[in-house]
Amino acid sequence: MVKELKVSALENGTVIDHIPSKSVFKVIKILNLENYENQILFGINLESKKFGTKGIIKVHNKYFKKEEINKIALVAPSATLITIKDFQIIEKTSLQIPNYIEGIVKCFNPNCITNIEKVVTKFNLVPDQEIKLRCHYCEKITGKNNLAFI
Amino acid sequence: MKGKSLISINDYTKEEQLRILEIAKDFESNPSQNLLNNKVVATLFFEPSTRTRLSFESAVCRLGGKVIGFSDSSSTSVKKGESLKDTIITVSNYSDLIVMRNPVEGSARFASEVSKVPVINAGDGANQHPTQTLLDLYTILQTQHTLDDLHVAFVGDLKYGRTVHSLVIALCNFNCTFHLVSPTELKLPSAVKIHIKEKKLAYYQYTDLNDVLPLVDILYMTRIQRERFSDPLEYERVKNLYNLNKSMLEHTKENMKVLHPMPRVNEIDIDVDDSPKAHYFQQALNGVYVRQALITSILGLK
Ligand SMILES: [Zn+2]
Repeated sequence: MVKELKVSALENGTVIDHIPSKSVFKVIKILNLENYENQILFGINLESKKFGTKGIIKVHNKYFKKEEINKIALVAPSATLITIKDFQIIEKTSLQIPNYIEGIVKCFNPNCITNIEKVVTKFNLVPDQEIKLRCHYCEKITGKNNLAFI
Repeated sequence: MKGKSLISINDYTKEEQLRILEIAKDFESNPSQNLLNNKVVATLFFEPSTRTRLSFESAVCRLGGKVIGFSDSSSTSVKKGESLKDTIITVSNYSDLIVMRNPVEGSARFASEVSKVPVINAGDGANQHPTQTLLDLYTILQTQHTLDDLHVAFVGDLKYGRTVHSLVIALCNFNCTFHLVSPTELKLPSAVKIHIKEKKLAYYQYTDLNDVLPLVDILYMTRIQRERFSDPLEYERVKNLYNLNKSMLEHTKENMKVLHPMPRVNEIDIDVDDSPKAHYFQQALNGVYVRQALITSILGLK
């Protein structure tokens, strides 16, 4: 069963591999795959040599833009993005949380200008073990626990 | 600093901050200088703050400039739902510099991005109030003749006090030792302490004001607000613990000065006012010199 979910089964599309199992549904939501009409396969709690268990999502006939990839990095920093064309792996990218994030994350501060007026959010990544994003405007830190996406 | 908005105290380097203080000293000895002829400064106060607004307007007037603006947003187009962006673009067509106070956090940074003229942040909610920090630095320098190696006590509400946070962060550039006096529930947040730790400076925490009195060069008092306490009895218990009166000054250093961002309620007894160690009225006056220095250097006139 695990074998069948592997990369080779996809003719054209994208495989997002090495997602922490608990983040798979978040990734689906962030990428708005709920409203995607082509075939999507996903697996949770699959065996992984690297992480013990992992999740995987396979999306047929879909290639992601860079800003969409950034969104994934915030909930699944360990994920790998694999681009498939004609059953061949064209590209394998490991994701990294960018140092600067624009227009993806909501500032958690309700009194921030970005939540009051139409202003594109901007954040700088604070170097730390956990995800900490400092709002360019109100300077408050949005962390893992209050992370929400636009 | 020509053309450079001041939104957050860290927008200016230590050297730039010291340069402002130097220019302010010049204005202290010669406050009326006709440098702003034909210049218009807009003071946009989306929430009232009479003290800060008058200090800015006094600074502009003493420089011979003109002021336009409003002192609270209830009578303006903002009330009719105009966006901040539209207000700022419009006003930046009418003026050479915008001074803005707005209760929305981050509004000043946003204004500086859409404005054609430089913006000075006169307070954006709980976030930043950098001219207060500069005038506090100026006052400390004025009374101690240095900013280096001082022992500074902060007393009262250290958790919510934006003034305290910015000044602590600014003083981290000057090898200060911090004495933090507050009720347990109003201690300095760890996000601010990180800055002290980063510079490997020392801080000590106290709940009793008397413990720090003999130790410090600067005693920075702040107001404790009733609404900060979930338990009103707790407020009643602590409010009188952080009141300074004249007899307490006996055990302080000769050079010690008492500062307060004002307005005070009862945390400094009026009998302290006559003491040579009371410096909070002078501190408020310094705000005019520092704002004169800032305005003229941003406009490229100093
Ligand atoms: Zn924000």
